[in-house]
Amino acid sequence: MRKWAILIMLALIVWPALAAGQAVTGGTLIWGRGGDSVSLDLANATDGESIKAGIQVLENLVIFGKNSMDVEPQLAESWKVSDDGLTWTFKLRKGVKFHDGTPFNAKAVYDSFARVIDKNHPFYSFGKWKYVNMSLGMVNEVKIIDDYTIALVTQKPYAPLLNNLALWLCPILSPKAMEQYKDQIGLNPVGTGPFKFVKWVKDDQIILERNNDYWGEKAKLDRIILKSIPEPSARLMALQSGTVDIADDLDPDSINLVKKEGKHAIIERPSINVGYLAMNTEKPALKDPRVRQAINHAIDKATLIKTIFQGLAIPAKNPFAPSIWGYNDSIKEYEYSPEKAKKLLAEAKFDMNMELELWAMPVSRAYMPDPVKTAELIQAYLAAAGIKAKIVRQEWGAYIEKTSNGLHDMCMFGWLGGNADPDNFLYGLLSADMAKTPGAANVALWKNAEYTEICLKAQKIFDKGERTKLYMKAQEIFHADAPWVPLVHSTVVRCYSKKLHDVPLRPNGLNSFQMVWKEK
Amino acid sequence: MPLGYISRRLFHLLLIMVGVSVLVFLMLRMIPGDPARLLLGELASPDELARLRTQLGLDQSYLTQYAIYVKNLLLGDFGKSVRTGAPIANEIGVRLLATIELSLAAMVIATLFGIAAGVVSSVKQYTLLDYGSMFLALIGVSMPIFWLGLMLIYLLSVKFPILPMMGRITMGLEAPPVTGLVVIDTLIAGQLGAFWDSLQHLFLPSFTLATIPMAIIARITRSSMLEVLNKDYVRTARAKGLNEVIVILRHALRNAFLPVVTVLGLNFGLLLGGAVLTETIFSWPGLGRYVVDSLMSRDYAAVQSCILIFAVVMALINLVVDLVYVVLDPRIRVQ
Repeated sequence: MRKWAILIMLALIVWPALAAGQAVTGGTLIWGRGGDSVSLDLANATDGESIKAGIQVLENLVIFGKNSMDVEPQLAESWKVSDDGLTWTFKLRKGVKFHDGTPFNAKAVYDSFARVIDKNHPFYSFGKWKYVNMSLGMVNEVKIIDDYTIALVTQKPYAPLLNNLALWLCPILSPKAMEQYKDQIGLNPVGTGPFKFVKWVKDDQIILERNNDYWGEKAKLDRIILKSIPEPSARLMALQSGTVDIADDLDPDSINLVKKEGKHAIIERPSINVGYLAMNTEKPALKDPRVRQAINHAIDKATLIKTIFQGLAIPAKNPFAPSIWGYNDSIKEYEYSPEKAKKLLAEAKFDMNMELELWAMPVSRAYMPDPVKTAELIQAYLAAAGIKAKIVRQEWGAYIEKTSNGLHDMCMFGWLGGNADPDNFLYGLLSADMAKTPGAANVALWKNAEYTEICLKAQKIFDKGERTKLYMKAQEIFHADAPWVPLVHSTVVRCYSKKLHDVPLRPNGLNSFQMVWKEK
Repeated sequence: MPLGYISRRLFHLLLIMVGVSVLVFLMLRMIPGDPARLLLGELASPDELARLRTQLGLDQSYLTQYAIYVKNLLLGDFGKSVRTGAPIANEIGVRLLATIELSLAAMVIATLFGIAAGVVSSVKQYTLLDYGSMFLALIGVSMPIFWLGLMLIYLLSVKFPILPMMGRITMGLEAPPVTGLVVIDTLIAGQLGAFWDSLQHLFLPSFTLATIPMAIIARITRSSMLEVLNKDYVRTARAKGLNEVIVILRHALRNAFLPVVTVLGLNFGLLLGGAVLTETIFSWPGLGRYVVDSLMSRDYAAVQSCILIFAVVMALINLVVDLVYVVLDPRIRVQ
């Protein structure tokens, strides 16, 4: 009897594994995407297409989880923060080699990091390091302790650093290659990742191959080809005809078509981005929080999502998405109600004859796929609540410049979410420190002392639980004072051939394809 | 005669290059949009912007910027792309050849089919053949390339998969680059399979690109032929008892060819610059897409160099057209 029970149990365990099919090694994955990469030296990269390809080749000290934004070890095995919160010490993995055979050690980490922050480092002039403030900007010094220990010293206690290190912006590259290729390292990336860079035909394809000397579990695929297919309909047809295995960034119509056909696999996941309408709190008309709350009540996000996003987004109520830790779900959204909006406006004695400027973004982004239509929709909702709005359009460079100088009444913006630390949104986009013109990232110019105090305090605390409590409070203040109308968090979608298995999708849409395998 | 003429024309080319470079230089800087701001994005601080502007030389006066640009150009240095950081000469080379390959193929298709249709419809004027081919030409000229390209992909690559929908050659078949034109390179390497494969890849995009010039050429050939067919020398040729085919091809078509050659030249130039849509639909890694991408990110040096190259190519085509006139029509003599 016991024997039978054991056999049945064994069968139950083995069955799902058999049904799912055994992972096979080999094959080429062809990945259709909207454009070519710009630079595969990710410390220099700001565009999604560069990151997508680069993270297959390069690795960081720490990395986000396969399907989440929680930080896990990668080239660092462990780390600790000193009692004063200023020094981070990382123990590095041993026996790792770069694709060019150079051993991975503290020197490699030093060169990869110091080149970004130290003007005297010989590699400093090889890059522009545009997003240094999002990566290592807080780090004053990189110290080699021994061959496999490195220390980072920050200007002030700064808890979000760990998430920054998991970003694509902090890759570790082969020091030999950086020296050899100089400012062309972005065209010849050499890292430690599960795939190695082979060839790049500009505007056409990037070819990667399995790294057979990889330190961890080796990649299943022989080869990945990232193919640029700029026209979305052509990308859809490439998927349908089997020319590509994955088609990225399809438009909502195409995604719905793929769903209807049912011939391909689809993963959908709420992203970590946010699209919002910022209200310039320094303009007299928008100074009163009741007016800003009224505008929050006036906009129907459900319809916005149904029409502009074709359902591929979720409504936002906080400055960051629920897939990020610290999200305050107990906050009650301003429900859509033109009546409530009118009532609040009357209480605030809002001048109904006044015309507010509504600035519409000139470029489309995942969080704002059709900015002009969105602006028109918002304009109509505001009109229904009795607020006159005029849509203002500017060229992108001028748009950023002028909104960061506070020339607008209301402007549309969004944030892709960077390091997935609440600080990135709450401090980076809404603190008083960021509301200084010119060059304000806080385009609501909202200067709430209590809120900013909380954000600064949270940066210095290393306990996630403590930080969460502070961020919960910060979101309450944000909600009550309403400097924004948080609009949406868009959905990231990956459409791919059913022959592919173990396809991951992080909420930021960026993944290593180490474990992906393809049926023969 | 032609040598002096050619050298004079080449000197004109130099003047054209100076003019074009000044114009493009100024026009680019008149478009609103600060390259540094576009490169660094919404998060950049004023300091970082200033640093990048200095690095790119954007803080200099226009005159100094232009002088530096011309000096480097004379030294054969096109500069570095601010978008990708790569030397522009490297970036342009491969893409220009891809565009030339596509445009040449389109031109061959357009010329062969366009002239054939034009000749047939002029000879068979007011018949079903004439109406049919001119109706097709009308459709060809008014068909949006975008729509046609996508429909061709849908029909011939997805519904009935007989032709590849993108790229220049199947991966792994590439021949060592000699001319940079994949079709020719495979032939030089003697790889017939790869040659056939690259021809197949070339067919859909070049056919799509060829539709408009094909239609224009057909219509021009027809009207030019109709004019000539009533001339005395054609009647004489027929009276001599010559074979009708020889009458049409040697006596009529050759005389009708001058306006056709003009249109051919103009269209070839247009194809080079206007292949952007076709390149986008068929994921063809050509120069058109590169110019648009560079323009969007205000990559001044890259756009300037591309436009300059287009201008030179256009001027050279015009020169060739003028020389062909002389060959075709001995009456044309240049002083």
